Amino acid sequence: MVGLHKGEFQNSLVRWIDARLPVFTLMQKEYSAFPTPKNFNYFWNFGAIATVALLIMILTGIFLAMNYVPNSALAFESVQRIMRDVNYGWLIRYVHMNGASMFFIAVYIHIFRGIYYGSYKTPRELLWMLGVLILFLMMATAFMGYVLPWGQMSYWGATVITNLFSAFPLVGKAIVTWLWGGFSVDNPTLNRFFSLHYLLPFIIVAVVGLHVAALHVSGSNNPLGIDPKGPQDTVPFHPYYTIKDSVGLCVFLIVFAIFVFFAPNFFSNPDNSIPANPMMTPPEIVPEWYLLPYYAILRSVPNKLGGVLMMFGSIFILFFLPWLDTSPVRSAKFRPIFRQLVWLLVIDVLVLGEVGAHRPEGLWIIAGRVATAYYFLFFLVLLPIIGKLERPLPLPESISRPVLGPRSGGGGGPVAGGAPAKPMEKA
Amino acid sequence: MRPMNKLVRLMRSSVLAGIFSAVLPFASVFAQGTEEPSLPHINWSFEGPFGTYDLAAAQRGFQIYKDICANCHSMNYLHYRDLSGIGLNEDQIKAIAASVEVPGGVNDSGQPITRPGRPADTFKAPFPNEQAARAANNGAYPPDQSILVLARKGGADYIYAILTGYSEPPAGMKLQPGMSYNKYFPGHQIAMPQPLQDGSVQYADGTKPTLEQEAKDVVTFLAWAAEPEMVQRKQTGVRVVLFLLMLTGLTYALKRRVWADVH
Repeated sequence: MVGLHKGEFQNSLVRWIDARLPVFTLMQKEYSAFPTPKNFNYFWNFGAIATVALLIMILTGIFLAMNYVPNSALAFESVQRIMRDVNYGWLIRYVHMNGASMFFIAVYIHIFRGIYYGSYKTPRELLWMLGVLILFLMMATAFMGYVLPWGQMSYWGATVITNLFSAFPLVGKAIVTWLWGGFSVDNPTLNRFFSLHYLLPFIIVAVVGLHVAALHVSGSNNPLGIDPKGPQDTVPFHPYYTIKDSVGLCVFLIVFAIFVFFAPNFFSNPDNSIPANPMMTPPEIVPEWYLLPYYAILRSVPNKLGGVLMMFGSIFILFFLPWLDTSPVRSAKFRPIFRQLVWLLVIDVLVLGEVGAHRPEGLWIIAGRVATAYYFLFFLVLLPIIGKLERPLPLPESISRPVLGPRSGGGGGPVAGGAPAKPMEKA
Repeated sequence: MRPMNKLVRLMRSSVLAGIFSAVLPFASVFAQGTEEPSLPHINWSFEGPFGTYDLAAAQRGFQIYKDICANCHSMNYLHYRDLSGIGLNEDQIKAIAASVEVPGGVNDSGQPITRPGRPADTFKAPFPNEQAARAANNGAYPPDQSILVLARKGGADYIYAILTGYSEPPAGMKLQPGMSYNKYFPGHQIAMPQPLQDGSVQYADGTKPTLEQEAKDVVTFLAWAAEPEMVQRKQTGVRVVLFLLMLTGLTYALKRRVWADVH
């Protein structure tokens, strides 16, 4: 018949559906046969792990929303009701609460992997940019979600962050009033944040769909950063990576479960167990840990507008990473200077996180400024320059034959190579 | 020697020097920042992955809450029925609930009436509103105690420290009228007069009511009140983690088999 898709499925019902809507062919092509470099290390688990974390957040969130009341007079109490009277409400809420942290951990490792192995380079620029967009949406979603329990930190965090927009000249004040739906953070603010907090995750799902679609056009990068040369360099996604992702996912779930069941309030601020009180400012207003580095950048700049621009800029800059990095070599394995600078960036972001948790006094200010300076220096100056200056180590011939040619005096760092069996199993 | 390698080495050493010079001073800053005395640590029955509530202590703690704390502090998120969680039986709970009068809607002529409390009612608050609470407490507002343990840094240890941290102010410190000195309270001036002393209550089970014992008991009760699900949570957690460990082992074994033929 004209126009019907021709699949190769045995089951007649499957074949009937697939002929009219080739979803089975799609799954077969994209998740089963999909040729994937065979040398992934465990860093490549985190995309799948983040996807599962997103699904866990949406599922628990739906059930929380059935019991939560988005009203400034009732929200805090409704959370307590969930914890005490809803069947397994404590479990649903603690999974959701800690799930946010776990999701960010997974995504931050995923981003680190992307930077370290140069996954943002051509032809994966759009894939990377969609990923940065997901990060941005996640941050907005997490921020609004944190406001919903309507504790002290919810309220004052919302006040501080929304007030940032008042730094913009002329329109700033109007924007803030518009965000609040009034003249202070209040019930209208809570209502719209709840609405958006429910909406944004589904937008994230859509962008994740695009992210994965783009991935399936270019194919995955790998720890060597070189393109597969043929079938000998790849394995079908299923069962090789379905099972390998499952291993990583299981370990992730163990860590997740330890937090949920044995230290559910590890990531939370005690002040958020106090109901929101507009008349009383807590001694210190700090965001959740995953936003601390940005908060540190914000506070490192003495000028309010400057701080706001730098804070947003620190994420915005990531969109341009594919063009800021001028080196044609992807993997940091073969880039001795880049590798050092990336690890320094990791330390830098951790220092920023620590700075963000402290009052901006004394040496914390200096530390914050130094770390902020390095952050921007890395992306805006060092990356473009070292791409030109650095002499990369010789790249292996192919994934299957990661043995190098004559080693031309290369001294620094481990080189890819060694046992041909299971090459880069665990980097 | 390639010039690049020299550059790498130079950068590495300067980077390390940079990190050290940036991190070292933090230690001293950190030490300066913490002026508050460190909290005494009590070995709580509910600590650790297998910890459960000492129910006898929690029941004694409830007695202290009911006789002393409840004069000023509400526990709005608890219902009398929840007390089954510390091992009280139905009759005891009914009796406790019935000892208070709560609003009972309106009668046939539309006048508000009261009725004795029921197990389904929330704990009756000592004051009808914040203003009344402040008026009766020298302007201070006694916080709700339902999740006080979660709402304070240091949790159970902190509340124990406050309860046992009262003393005369050090020489030269002048307290505001009606305030008390407490070593562990931020700023050391607390509006709550010392609530517990040796012998503040008589325990039915013969436990000696020392200040430390009373503080331990009431904190155990408050910890239970803040996280009544804790025991079930931890028990579920042990099973979940054991299951996941097994699943991880099996998954890893399967992964090894699947990958065995890849070279």
